[in-house]
Amino acid sequence: MKCNNCEEQGLEKRFKDDEVDLSVLKEALKDYRESRNNLITALQIAQEIYGYLPRKALYFIAEEMKVKPAKVFGVATFYTQFRLKPIGKHLILLCQGTACHVNGSEFILSALCDELKIEEGETTEDGLFTLQNVACLGCCSLAPVMMIDGEAYGKLTPDKAKEIIREIYSKEKV
Amino acid sequence: MKVLVGLGSCGIAAGGNKVLQVLEEEVKNSGINLEIKKVGCIGLCYLEPIVEVIDGEGKKTTYVRVTPEVMKGIFKEHILNNKVVENNVISGEDIEYLTGQKRIALRNCGIINPESIDEYIESGGYKALEKVLKDMSPERVIEEMKISGLRGRGGAGFPTWFKWNAARQAPGSPKYVVCNADEGDPGAFMDRSILEGDPHSVIEGMAIAGYAIGAEQGYIYVRAEYPLAIKRLQIALKQAKEKGFLGKNLFGTDFSFEIKIKAGAGAFVCGEETALIASLEGERGMPRLKPPFPAQKGYLGKPTNINNVETFANVPWIILNGGSAFAKIGTEKSKGTKVFALAGKIKKGGLVEVPMGISLREVIFNIGGGIKGDRKIKAVQLGGPSGGCIPEALLDTPVDYESIVKTGAIMGSGGMIVMDETTCMVDMARYFLAFTQKESCGKCTHCRIGTKRMLEILERITSGNGKEGDIEKLEELALNVKEGSLCGLGQTAPNPVLTTLKYFRDEYEAHIYDKKCPAKQCKALITFIVEAEKCKSCGLCARKCPVNAIEGEKGKPYKIIPEKCVKCGTCIQVCRFNAIRVE
Repeated sequence: MKCNNCEEQGLEKRFKDDEVDLSVLKEALKDYRESRNNLITALQIAQEIYGYLPRKALYFIAEEMKVKPAKVFGVATFYTQFRLKPIGKHLILLCQGTACHVNGSEFILSALCDELKIEEGETTEDGLFTLQNVACLGCCSLAPVMMIDGEAYGKLTPDKAKEIIREIYSKEKV
Repeated sequence: MKVLVGLGSCGIAAGGNKVLQVLEEEVKNSGINLEIKKVGCIGLCYLEPIVEVIDGEGKKTTYVRVTPEVMKGIFKEHILNNKVVENNVISGEDIEYLTGQKRIALRNCGIINPESIDEYIESGGYKALEKVLKDMSPERVIEEMKISGLRGRGGAGFPTWFKWNAARQAPGSPKYVVCNADEGDPGAFMDRSILEGDPHSVIEGMAIAGYAIGAEQGYIYVRAEYPLAIKRLQIALKQAKEKGFLGKNLFGTDFSFEIKIKAGAGAFVCGEETALIASLEGERGMPRLKPPFPAQKGYLGKPTNINNVETFANVPWIILNGGSAFAKIGTEKSKGTKVFALAGKIKKGGLVEVPMGISLREVIFNIGGGIKGDRKIKAVQLGGPSGGCIPEALLDTPVDYESIVKTGAIMGSGGMIVMDETTCMVDMARYFLAFTQKESCGKCTHCRIGTKRMLEILERITSGNGKEGDIEKLEELALNVKEGSLCGLGQTAPNPVLTTLKYFRDEYEAHIYDKKCPAKQCKALITFIVEAEKCKSCGLCARKCPVNAIEGEKGKPYKIIPEKCVKCGTCIQVCRFNAIRVE
């Protein structure tokens, strides 16, 4: 019997198979390859280098650290920090913390989706923006909050959120 | 003259770096000699960015909500001409926010520069470590912790001395000390503020624990989402090594201690001890059955002591001031202080440290200043997704582990989210269940599937499709999930549902039977209406409506077309005549 769900979420769809330069990763893993306790650190390093975890890099880490690829894939998909696909130029992190939730973060989310024409977790077609929900940014007194490229924007309203996106967009156009 | 600029995460988010930049430029341009100190969070998040000017005589002026423009004014008037800029000075009422507190874990936060070990040493830092290494036996240190009555600040409240003693007694070596800085509760940022504002206090606390249990290696497991905390920890570790507070043969004794940072990768379940250890070992963060406890079999199968950030930050203070000084504060079973992150519908949100035994009401009203817009308080949520909602009627409950557990909530790590009458309690339960359902590691069936089914029921209720029997089904599932789960995540996941069912059952019933949301929050159960007699037909709502669902013309009241309306609430926010009503 074929499982539709499995096929839909199959490796081909979930992972990206870019040609990447593995020599950079090999060099960076030098101090970590000896102990398999460092698997998470190794993945963090790979993501730092490539911006996400290309499938080739995952296989390479498995080989270098002498662990089974299944385990590397297992760890990479367990933690929310790891991305299996590249992200847009600007990463929008929308806080879903409790304080933001009671202060209306869902309206900010729908405003952002509306403006960017994407759903949460997706990247715009032009590759400019990726929208991601995060558990809590910890600036609760500024709720609702979003963070774009490391800068926090607080006390948002749907209008203000759209305005901020438009501003970045217009700068990109110039 | 000295100027302190608050640069915790919240200060930076509010624009602290821009203020600092302006100040540095002004100083450079004018050529004067001025000491600029970057400090951590003082806890007054709602007033950020904060700048303090300390003049030659030591007189301190605190400026709040400082914009780059205001900073320019402060520089010209106060710093150059010694004239206080009255408009932005902190008000007497806001000072009360600080005076109502008792600061032990936060003793240095917002006061010293977290990137300067000298300032930590000046404020008495590393004296406690010196004291234990030179004058106290490990047993004596554990005894002092026992006298202090300190209990784990991560949430469960297990006595710290007991864990230390168990790790000391356990056979096997090497032993490890782990600091749990995987602060995952949404709405909680106590640990982050301590790590950002006073990292050395945690390092010193860990070294003392290392000495007490006989460990020479420590790990700080910190959330990757806290880049500033990681950066400041790295600086602090380097400085401590240079000064000889970490490394080999500390203070000329035969005790050696090292600390490494391990960045977590984003999994709420890793706050659980055994899951954290699995993650430290490079595995998926899945909990295992206890016993054996980490004190017997922890990291790499060796005896491991795990404490939370706030717990460690208390340790040097206890050693220097004595366990009995700590035990004087608080109630019979809960000693010392607790740090809370006050947020939600509260006027003055931020970080507070209060003595145990103070009532929730005092924290919310005397320190937090009450509810935004002077609305009525409905409940306060403690303990995040593992905790529960405590209703207004029980606000006189004292802050101590046992009293809070009696209400059905837990002390938790310190998130305190205040909710007013516009917060829907069913939606709140749905929110937390959505969180735990997503974060369940999937090991235990009841947690993996049970939370999913509970979430489906809650989603059904909030979208107006609740059925008779749903409440009973929720209760049954809640019990099963609690009993059928291995770790704290699953065992406590139903708490938000159970407490809201206990105190706000009528809201559930209104959703299911009357198809109404009393708090007017659940989109499927409300409609937006323009009150004709109040509408001045200014057309602002129609222009602002994102989906063009409002129609009208000059001279006649406007109308909302229900089929188009997405219930975003924009029209209510923009209407100047209060003419839009929710039903």
